Amino acid sequence: MSDRPDRRAPLGRILIRRVRPTDPKPSDITPKAVFDGRRAFLRAAAQAAAGAALLPTIAPAAVEAAAEAPKRGQPIPNLAKWSRSAADTPTDYKLATTYNNFYEFGFDKDEPARFSRNFKPRPWTVKVEGHAGKTGVFDFDDLIRPHRLEERIYRFRCVEAWSMVVPWVGIPLGDVLKHFEPTANAKYVAFETLYRPSEMPGQLQTLIKWPYVEALRIDEAMNPLSLLTVGMYGEWLPNQNGAPIRLMVPWKYGFKSIKSIVRIVFTETQPLTSWSLSQPREYGFYANVNPNVDHPRWSQAKERRLGDAFFSPRHPTLPFNGYAEDVAQLYAGMDLAKLY
Amino acid sequence: MPRTSLNSTRAWILPSSTDPPSRIANRIVNRIAKPLVFAACLLPLAWLAQRGLTSGFGAHPQEYVNRFLGDWALRFLLIALAVTPVREAFGLAALARFRRMIGLYAFFYVCLHVLSYVVATHFFDWAEILKDILKRNYITVGMAVFLMLIPLAATSTAAMVKRIGAARWKTLHRLAYAAGIGGVVHFYMMVKADVREPLLYGAILALLLGWRIYKKSRA
Repeated sequence: MSDRPDRRAPLGRILIRRVRPTDPKPSDITPKAVFDGRRAFLRAAAQAAAGAALLPTIAPAAVEAAAEAPKRGQPIPNLAKWSRSAADTPTDYKLATTYNNFYEFGFDKDEPARFSRNFKPRPWTVKVEGHAGKTGVFDFDDLIRPHRLEERIYRFRCVEAWSMVVPWVGIPLGDVLKHFEPTANAKYVAFETLYRPSEMPGQLQTLIKWPYVEALRIDEAMNPLSLLTVGMYGEWLPNQNGAPIRLMVPWKYGFKSIKSIVRIVFTETQPLTSWSLSQPREYGFYANVNPNVDHPRWSQAKERRLGDAFFSPRHPTLPFNGYAEDVAQLYAGMDLAKLY
Repeated sequence: MPRTSLNSTRAWILPSSTDPPSRIANRIVNRIAKPLVFAACLLPLAWLAQRGLTSGFGAHPQEYVNRFLGDWALRFLLIALAVTPVREAFGLAALARFRRMIGLYAFFYVCLHVLSYVVATHFFDWAEILKDILKRNYITVGMAVFLMLIPLAATSTAAMVKRIGAARWKTLHRLAYAAGIGGVVHFYMMVKADVREPLLYGAILALLLGWRIYKKSRA
């Protein structure tokens, strides 16, 4: 029950490019020009901590760059391209980086971009605890160094019925978690966002409980679609989008894809997650994108894609955000209207 | 062409020294203050248009426009409800002459808010709109407020007051309080976590209604 490798797609399968009508098109890639509008990150780089790396040290150029403060317009080199990227038009870079729910920096959509300028995403460590063989504190660079970063264009669906399409850069979450050697008792994995009110002014208000916590069932975390994400649009993550390391779980509502992760805990029981604690009737643990299960206050049947013409119909929302064939089997036999 | 006499022209422009002070005040209100207030009430709309033409409405323009219009609809509704308490509390009799205009502006912004919901948010997706109205409590409440305001706007003229009688008109227009409460509830229910602004409006509304109840209990 804890891990279901037999139900996962065989590795070879994901390399086959199958274009579905719902997939983003390559022609939709945001023009390079939109990159130029980005604000600079002025901070000096913090060099990689020289601490004992528990992980093998293969160091592609991309990872060396990660030790530096991310600068705008500085592409991550040596990216692998995922063969199954969505064919939808990627959302304009500016929209994806100025319309964000990241309450740690403010409650309005434009506030994360405005109030995250003093945030320091380097140096960065992640503390790993719980039911795993290798726990401890890991430097950001040591976490990603053993892996080749991959660009994947995913649809992103917010629980608030808006959506976007973003080329993320990351590593399959399962590949990273395996390094920690989770035990048979690790049925869930919880993630925690940094709590640092001096740099995250939204945390001075307590409208939700800090630190923000999210979690996945271990088989969800190990699904090849779950992406531990460090970049977007070919560059390192901007602060407002969850720098330096966040989840991207494309078949779930956006709030599951926790940002600025500092702690990973393997647990045996289902962790209490922030939104489901705050408003259990509105936000469940699973939060799978589901057009047939409405939010109590609005329909989830359709979505507004950022960048749509002002006068245009909304887009129909797809079950599991269009990733049903990859993940529907994870929920076989479950009543998704109850376990929303 | 008949020539306007110099005398009458002057009287038109300047209050004659024989006019009682109340008539002078009336003229100032009618010729200067009313157009000013009328124009001021259009400022939010002008600001919205200006922003639309220059920097645009951001990443989610349909939501931005809808919320902006909803915010101002509720603000005007509260301002309209504040006219009488403020007039009585501070002895500003002239304020009474702005009440209808501000009330109609509230209705105007509510109409634009509903229009943006139908045209921008849902782009005439009537099935979704109907589902929303029936199933989403905050939309149901919002639509009820819209419906309540229609008879109030329709009976806002002096002729209508005469026609239905002042007493009945007054009773009917108590719906404005219900609309105010509904507007605040609608906003409160829509918000995900940050309820500070709807609570502020709720507090203002409670103060205004409290004032009226207090006055009535002493009368």
